Formats: sequence, structure tokens, C-alpha cells
Amino acid sequence: MPAVRFDGLTKIYGSGDTAVVGIQDAAMSVERGELVAIIGPSGSGKSTLLTTIGLVTEPTAGRIEIDGEAVYDGRWVGPDRKLIRRRKIGFIFQHHNLIPFLTVAENVQVALDINGVRGRAAAARIRDLLGYLQIDHRAASYPARISGGERQRVAIARALANDPLLILADEPTASLDTERGKSVMEHLRRLARERGSAVIVVTHDERMIAGFDRVGRVQDGRLLVSPAAAAA
Amino acid sequence: MNLAIRDIRYNLGRFLLTGLGLGLLIAVVMSMAGIYRGLVIEATTIFNAAGADLWVVQKDTRGPFAESSRIPEDLYRTLAVIPGVAAAAPVSYQNLQVEHAGRPLRLYVVGHRPGGLGGHGPLASGRPIGQKRYEAVADESAGLLIGESLELGRNRYTVVGLTRQMVSSGGDPALFVSLVDAQELQFKKSNEALRNDRERIEASLRDLTRRAPAVARQVTATVEAITQSTHIANAVLIRLEPGADPRDAAGRIEAWKHHTVLTAAEQEQILTRFVIEKARRQLGLFTAILLVISTVIVALIIYTLTIDKIREIATLKLIGAPGLVVVKLIMQQSLALGAIAFAVGGLLIHSLYDRFPRRVVLLPADHLALLAIVAGICVLASLLGIRRALAVDPIQALGG
Repeated sequence: MPAVRFDGLTKIYGSGDTAVVGIQDAAMSVERGELVAIIGPSGSGKSTLLTTIGLVTEPTAGRIEIDGEAVYDGRWVGPDRKLIRRRKIGFIFQHHNLIPFLTVAENVQVALDINGVRGRAAAARIRDLLGYLQIDHRAASYPARISGGERQRVAIARALANDPLLILADEPTASLDTERGKSVMEHLRRLARERGSAVIVVTHDERMIAGFDRVGRVQDGRLLVSPAAAAA
Repeated sequence: MNLAIRDIRYNLGRFLLTGLGLGLLIAVVMSMAGIYRGLVIEATTIFNAAGADLWVVQKDTRGPFAESSRIPEDLYRTLAVIPGVAAAAPVSYQNLQVEHAGRPLRLYVVGHRPGGLGGHGPLASGRPIGQKRYEAVADESAGLLIGESLELGRNRYTVVGLTRQMVSSGGDPALFVSLVDAQELQFKKSNEALRNDRERIEASLRDLTRRAPAVARQVTATVEAITQSTHIANAVLIRLEPGADPRDAAGRIEAWKHHTVLTAAEQEQILTRFVIEKARRQLGLFTAILLVISTVIVALIIYTLTIDKIREIATLKLIGAPGLVVVKLIMQQSLALGAIAFAVGGLLIHSLYDRFPRRVVLLPADHLALLAIVAGICVLASLLGIRRALAVDPIQALGG
């Protein structure tokens, strides 16, 4: 069963003469453990695709299934979208979006707390994730006191907190230098392989997609999917 | 996980400074409540110390505090024999401003029969008035010392005792003297006025002097005695026997139709509701305005703090945080700000209240009521920020 599948996915902003096509008739199925890159020039619609799959932006038409369950079929259907986002989707942002007044450990804890995981179970999960991403020595530090690469690893740890089925990363390397960017991509590859999450990464930097299973290229709102080797 | 506390911990300096600023405002609100309480207590200290059950005053007046009242001093003798009356004593009250030690000194002179009703109650130091003339008991707030001499009218008085917090409704320190001294201060005319009176009387009786000089001399003497008499009081205080009905005794006195009788409760109501009514309303209105200002300030602060956290709020919403998490973050911060401000205000006013020129009475019940109001204000003020936060689109967490 694919982690996420969408078909005929269309998002049009506005209407009439002022209508702007965000994405049009996009279709794709991403399996667990699969690593997919969405690339395209600025304004091509890749972020719209990401937010639509992430159940943040309401599509205009099409169908989305998460973990085999329809969430959108011409309209929102199925369980609460917040609940799905909380339990099945992990987000990684361009600027890490860590909460500045929470320590590294607390930034991971907040995602667990929202999902009702507290106490010893939460503490063990935080230790596990920070160790996995090699930032356990920064657990008590505030985001302002750690490096950009470390911040992005904390953001990955937060995205992984609830063991999500699907991870959506929006330009996760955009604010990092090449070396740190590669390191973050390596972490994403590892977690797809080792943790079995489906990972969709939106990026404009084609140098970063080495090792991805498939690449989706967005051009004027249309998505063309091909194996990574073909894209390269 | 309490996000509000963690935000406060991280931005502690900023929060404390904001709380300090708001605390100053809360301190003013607390002082207003304290001044109001002080006003009520000050207005009734002399009344309470008088220990009277009934106040007999000039007919159709609400004297002696709310308006002028003059009654014959010797009325007390008649009143003392009415059934149910245990004691009756004449008293006089008068505002006075004198020069003392090179500075103006305002005093509220209370004339009473030492040991009788209308006195000062327990002393803070010194002794009560021990002789019929020229001794005084002053309130500490007058700044007089025991043994100090004070010139009032034509005579000098020696301070023999000091009271504590015994002031008039206007906040002037009380000065207790014997009734005779007080009557002289209030009613005795100057020599010039006496000469003028005498000439006026003689001019009025000129015809009678021509026709019957002996009668005219007698009439002149009688009229002079009446016009120069200082045997006047502002009220006669009555203490009833245990079990006596105040309304019944008041009814007997009023039946003569020459005087008005006020019960202690009525007199207290006049003092607290009418004499200080405008000051009370002024303080109330000022306090209400300050509370409105506090609400607006808290709302602006919380709104600004919310705007500063828009990206974090959007992130929380994007990762699936329920609206309640965001509502709690903002409301708890608002309440914490209120708590800091309340603590700062409390500390400030408790360390400064005795430096106010007039009495400031801080009651735990008032503080509790204000705490509840501050909490209400904080909840109300946070609504603007909450509204803004709930309107944040999670998509704002994405992008640069």
C-alpha cells in the first residue's frame, strides 16, 4: 500500500480572468521507504504540490490517499486533517522553523506532546531521535546557539517524532552551505531506508538529488515523474 | 508541555520589564483602592472615637460633619434625663489653619468634655487632657511633639498627648481640646467685633435710652450677654443604656420639634456616602479608567507578542497542534504578565503606602478582588491576540 497516492490533483488560485494554475492534473504514488525529489524552477508549483499533499492547501480537484485512506476526493473527506498531519506526516522546512524559546529536546518534545506522547515514552523517543541524528549533545541548547546544519537535523528529529508515514521537506537545504546540505540529504536518505518513511523533498538544487529513487519535475504546474537516473 | 512558561523563561528579561511597566500601573490602581478605603476610614475615625449612639443636631440639618449645626450647650442636661439615655455630652468641631514653626498647619479642632463622649479614645503616647483650659491632644500627623506649645486664637496650648491616625474627613489632623477652649476658638468674638456689637445695640436702643435709661442699660446688658455667649455646641452626643432602642429615644427627642436626631448608622452613612461621595466617585472613575488603560496595554503587548510568534504558531498548526495549544500559549502568557504586574504592583505599593500624605489602607479583600479583575483583564486582553493567532494560516510556516 503506498504511503501517499494522488491523482488528477489540481490547484487553481482565483477564478475567471485572474485564475492562476498552481498544479494541474498531477498524479503520483509514493511507497514507504521511497525517496522522491520534486524539482522545478521558482514559481513552477512545487511548493503548492507539497502543501496540497501535506493537507494544508485545499486542492481544486483530484484525489489524495494517505496510507490507503482517501482524504480528498473532490472535497475533504475522511478523518480530521490536523490529526493526519499530527500522526502520519512530518514536515521539514526551508528555515528549520524551530521554536526559538524551546531547547533542542523540547522542540522534538512539542511534536510528541501534541500527539499525546508524554513522560518516559517521550523522553526515550527524544533520546533515540537525537542520538540517531547525532545531536544528543545539544539537547539542552537553544536553536540560536547551534549551527545551521544542527538546526536542520533538529527539524528532522521533530519531523520524525511521531514516526510518520510520510515526510515532506520544503527546500531543506536552501539555507545551508553545500556540505551541510549534502549532510541533511544524507540523513533524509537514511531515514527513508532505515525507518521506512516515504520522503518527498522539494528542491530547486538538482545537485542535491543524487541517490533519490525518483524525481518529479514540475513545469508550469504539470508534474512529470521519472526515475532518478533518467532525471539526472 | 507548557509553551507559555518556556517562552517566558527564554524571554525573561523582556517579560519582567513589561511586567514591571504594567506593575506600575497596577500599583496606581492598588493605591486608588487604598486611598478610597483610607478616605472612608478617615471620614469615620472621629465619628467612631466619639462612641455615640445618637447625634442631636440643629433642626433640619445633617450636622455637624456634613453641614453647619449650632445648638445650645446646656441642651445636654435636658437630654441626659430622657429615659434610655445613659450619657449626653456637647461637642464642637472646627477646621482651623494656624501658623506654627513658620509653616501653615491645618487642624480639625474637636472640643469635648474631657473624659466624656466625643473624645479621642486610646492615645499613642502622652496623657489625656488633665486641666480645664489650654491643654491639647494632637494627632501624630500634625507633627507636634508632647510638651510643644501651640498658639491658637488668643491663647497658647500645650500638647500633652498624641493620637494615631485621628483625622477629619478632609485628612486634617485632629486636635482635641476642652469644650470651653473650643467654644472660645469658634465663637468668641474679637475686641473690635465686640465694640461694634455694643455700638449697634446702643444705636438700636437710642430711643429707649432717652426715655428709660435704666431699662435701656438692662436691655443692653442682656442683649450683649446673649450675643457674646460662647455656650454653643455643634452637636450633643448621646450614649444609650444597654438594650435601649435608638429609634425610640430619637423619637422622644424629635417630638420636641426643636432638633434633629441622627442615629449612629445615619451619621455614618452621611459621612461615607455624602461627605466623601464626590471624592469616592472621582477615585472610582479614575480607577475604572486605569483598568481600561491596563486592558488596552495588556491587549497591545499580547498582540505584539503574538505577532512576533506568527511563524512559530504557523509551524505548530502545520504539525497538527490543536487550536487549544495556541490559545493556551497566548492566554497563559497574558495571565503570567498579569501575575508579574500584580506582584510588582503589590510590592511597590506595600513599600510606599505609608509615604502618602493621606492614609492608604490596603485590604487583602481588595487585593483579591483586584487580582480577579486583573485576571479578567488578561483573559479579555488576550482575545485580540488569540483571534489573530487562530487566523494564522499554517502555510505561513513554509517558504522564506
